[in-house]
Amino acid sequence: MEKKKINITIDGQSFQIGAGKTILEGCREIGVKIPSLCYLKDVSSNASCGICVVEVKGAKSLVRSCVTQASEGMEVKTHSPAINQARITNLELLLANHPKDCLICERNGNCELQDLCALLGIKETPYEQTKPVEKIDDTSLALVRNPQKCILCGRCVAVCADVQSVYAIDFAGRGLKSKIATWQERGLGNVACTNCGQCALVCPTAAIVEKDDSKQILNDIYDDGKIVIVQTAPAIRVGIGEAMGMSEGALVTGKMVAALRKLGFDKVFDTQFTADLTIMEEGYELIKRLTTNGTLPMVTSCSPGWIKFIEHFYPKSLDHLSTCKSPQQMFGAVAKTYYAEKMGIDPRRLVVVSIMPCTAKKYECKRPEMNSAFHYWKEKMNLQDKENFYDVDYVLTTRELAKMFKLTGVDFENLQEEDFDHPLGISTGAGVIFAATGGVMEAAVRTAYEVVTGSPLKNLDLKVVRGFEGIKEAELDLNGTKLKVAVAHTLKNARVLLDEIEEGKSPYAFIEVMTCPGGCLGGGGQPIPTTWSIRQKRADSIYREDSLKPVRKSHENPAIKAIYDEFLKDPLGHISHELLHTEYVERGIY
Amino acid sequence: MSANYLLKRADFIFKNDNDWEDVLKKSLSRTPNELINELISSELKGRGGAGFPTGLKWKLSSEEKADEKFVICNADEGEPGTFKDREILSRVPFKVLTAIAICGYVIGAKKGFIYLRGEYFFLKNELNKAISEFEFFCKEIKFDFSIKIFMGSGAYICGEETALFESMEGKRGEPRNKPPFPSVSGYMGKPTVINNVETLAHTFTIFKYGSKRFYDLGVQFSRGTKLFSVSGDTPKPGIYELELGMSLSDFVEEFGDDDTKAVQVGGASGFLVPRKKFAETSIGFQGKLVGISLPTGGSMMIFNSSRSMYNVLDNYLNFFAEESCGQCTPCRVGCQQLLRGIKAVKRGEKNAQYLDKLLKLAETMQFTAKCGLGQSVANSFASIVENFREEMIY
Repeated sequence: MEKKKINITIDGQSFQIGAGKTILEGCREIGVKIPSLCYLKDVSSNASCGICVVEVKGAKSLVRSCVTQASEGMEVKTHSPAINQARITNLELLLANHPKDCLICERNGNCELQDLCALLGIKETPYEQTKPVEKIDDTSLALVRNPQKCILCGRCVAVCADVQSVYAIDFAGRGLKSKIATWQERGLGNVACTNCGQCALVCPTAAIVEKDDSKQILNDIYDDGKIVIVQTAPAIRVGIGEAMGMSEGALVTGKMVAALRKLGFDKVFDTQFTADLTIMEEGYELIKRLTTNGTLPMVTSCSPGWIKFIEHFYPKSLDHLSTCKSPQQMFGAVAKTYYAEKMGIDPRRLVVVSIMPCTAKKYECKRPEMNSAFHYWKEKMNLQDKENFYDVDYVLTTRELAKMFKLTGVDFENLQEEDFDHPLGISTGAGVIFAATGGVMEAAVRTAYEVVTGSPLKNLDLKVVRGFEGIKEAELDLNGTKLKVAVAHTLKNARVLLDEIEEGKSPYAFIEVMTCPGGCLGGGGQPIPTTWSIRQKRADSIYREDSLKPVRKSHENPAIKAIYDEFLKDPLGHISHELLHTEYVERGIY
Repeated sequence: MSANYLLKRADFIFKNDNDWEDVLKKSLSRTPNELINELISSELKGRGGAGFPTGLKWKLSSEEKADEKFVICNADEGEPGTFKDREILSRVPFKVLTAIAICGYVIGAKKGFIYLRGEYFFLKNELNKAISEFEFFCKEIKFDFSIKIFMGSGAYICGEETALFESMEGKRGEPRNKPPFPSVSGYMGKPTVINNVETLAHTFTIFKYGSKRFYDLGVQFSRGTKLFSVSGDTPKPGIYELELGMSLSDFVEEFGDDDTKAVQVGGASGFLVPRKKFAETSIGFQGKLVGISLPTGGSMMIFNSSRSMYNVLDNYLNFFAEESCGQCTPCRVGCQQLLRGIKAVKRGEKNAQYLDKLLKLAETMQFTAKCGLGQSVANSFASIVENFREEMIY
């Protein structure tokens, strides 16, 4: 069916645009770019900033093009003396209360406010600061809020409420005292925040950013007494290229590995290795639950935002979570045990750094129970409690990694491709697709099917769980046993499946949940901007990487076979239980 | 109207309301369309200040298809210098209740609300008693309608109709993006008629006497009577019902103290008219009948020569800076900057030309603020600064 078009006059010229669009989106379609600030497609249309105003013939004041529908015969002016004055004045008003420390700002060079000032040719800031000074909120392990840099656009509030249904932040106060606040001003670290970081991803300025851990890592890299190894999540290889100036969704696995070596990491490993390991453990856990009348549906546990979400909002349903640690935490645990032992490295000298598309991982690695390797060595090495170390020492987001590359002079685009180190860098296509919503499900099915039926799966591509639909479902036939499974991304969609579980109506055996829109490739630590079209390009690269991998099933990964032979023995075995599985905390909302 | 128009007092609103049962029964015996047409031909316009045609408002909501609709009486009377609605609610509450119910009948709503200003808590008990009696009568005549009071919490912005809905829904009181307008999507996203207390009281008059009686009062574009809250430097402050269309000189002659320097028409969000423009200014909704015509919610503040217009403006701007909801940039920051700006000029920290920069800022607020609050700050700012510039500087 052909989409309906309407006739509209823009700045004196006639155009046809798709019906049902706002003036702003309609104009973008025909190449007229109306400057805007608070508006963010698919996330927020607060219409608060007053930048995207246009003249519409017949309207008594200027109208906000981001929320006003274009209609048949509308006559619009996108620039005029009155419009220019209004845009510049409103921007000057915002600047009155925004620090002018761009040179030393985290978002220097990637700031929508900065860009807009350049675009509108701002030459002066005639207004004085009127906003009261507020404290920086650094209570969270994952995110830092700097209220001084906040322009009250409301995107973070919208994404937290409408996309994630978490409601950790909201507007408080009015007029001059308006601000974004957490409940009772407790700070993000002390309220029901999942650390998903979508707020940081949509923030136009540096009012919410990830907690910066890069300096400490460089210190450790420069410290000869330490062996610093790095793991990279699947989604980094389709994100870091963007942050280094390459095209959207560019697949840059080999360059990324080379760059990490240049940065000075002693070994460059792959979280996909432990993604394959997760599939083994989680697959066997599912089979065990199915055959021993265990709690069903079983829900995946790789996404730490999701874990904290269920701990806060659905603590009664924690039994449904797989006990498997996330691939990041499995990596830390096996690196500081299996790998350290194999290489004869004192685990206290080993520093494990993760590169994640995620801010919640910063929190996850500091959960008190995430020190399995310490417990593993405690008796063997006669360690004191005060020598406690975490399995994963630092987590960097894709954005932080890009900054480190730039700092250390890595000429990313022109690097020769290199391969991951062995053995923790060997992975399959099943590990790759963890980056996309539906990927864990697809990877699990590739293994579970063959383990249960004993015969090879003919078509590895489980297309029905791919794509960005909010909740996807599928029915699998495992030797006559029918299994219903579901996949959800964003916490708002996860809520739907959890409500079904709590009402006893869930028809599923297995559910995959990813916190962020699109899965990890749309994570809160990914390059800014991250839009749906960019997510799609990253997903395309992920599935391309999967299709190119010689091995595409986790249980066929030779390094996985080796770690079971040499170290873990069996999935769900004793060592697995100690190192690869975990438990959860009932948190509640307050 | 003619230039020598004289002040015409009227007495409809506060005339006793003990025939409300008859008016209700009589109205319910007519078709909704008849009632709408009655209102349309009266040319009654909203008395809250914006002046939207009331008949059209009811018509739009009546044409919407929805499982539920609402009627809301806006009694969040917060404009500085306005105190007429509380008098209506305490003296003739049944007129308002009857009008709410008739509106419900017209548009197909079974529930009405009175959004009562937080500071009017003292009215609540008596009003609830009246509501009980009213609902009892509705039951007797088998008319299914209920009215509830919703207490405001003191925010000026919640008098703005969409912020009022947000407040009633338990949310932060912030204006919504419009469209959609309340007639399509109001309280709880349902078609809603929201009228000022006085507007509803006038509909009672119209349904009682017919539209002609109302239409014959006032002038073209501004039919009927209006309550005025007269305050300031006047020997007789109080509430007066006057026909619309009067000239400001006639008004000042009646209410001034022979030393009137300026009149603020329409409260803090209205316009300040200096003495030299009294004759050319009339009070009404539309059209340049004599010079300019000013709409108003009824607040008339009279200032004599002992008053500093700088202090008056400072007072208004403090009010707006405090009461801005904080949502949109022009209003949130703009109010503060205007306030800071006039202080800086007064202290000599900025030169007089800075006032021109501030006038442009006020203009931007007028064109780009999201709701009436931010848009109307420019009214008083520009009218005071332009007419009393010397008082701002020296």
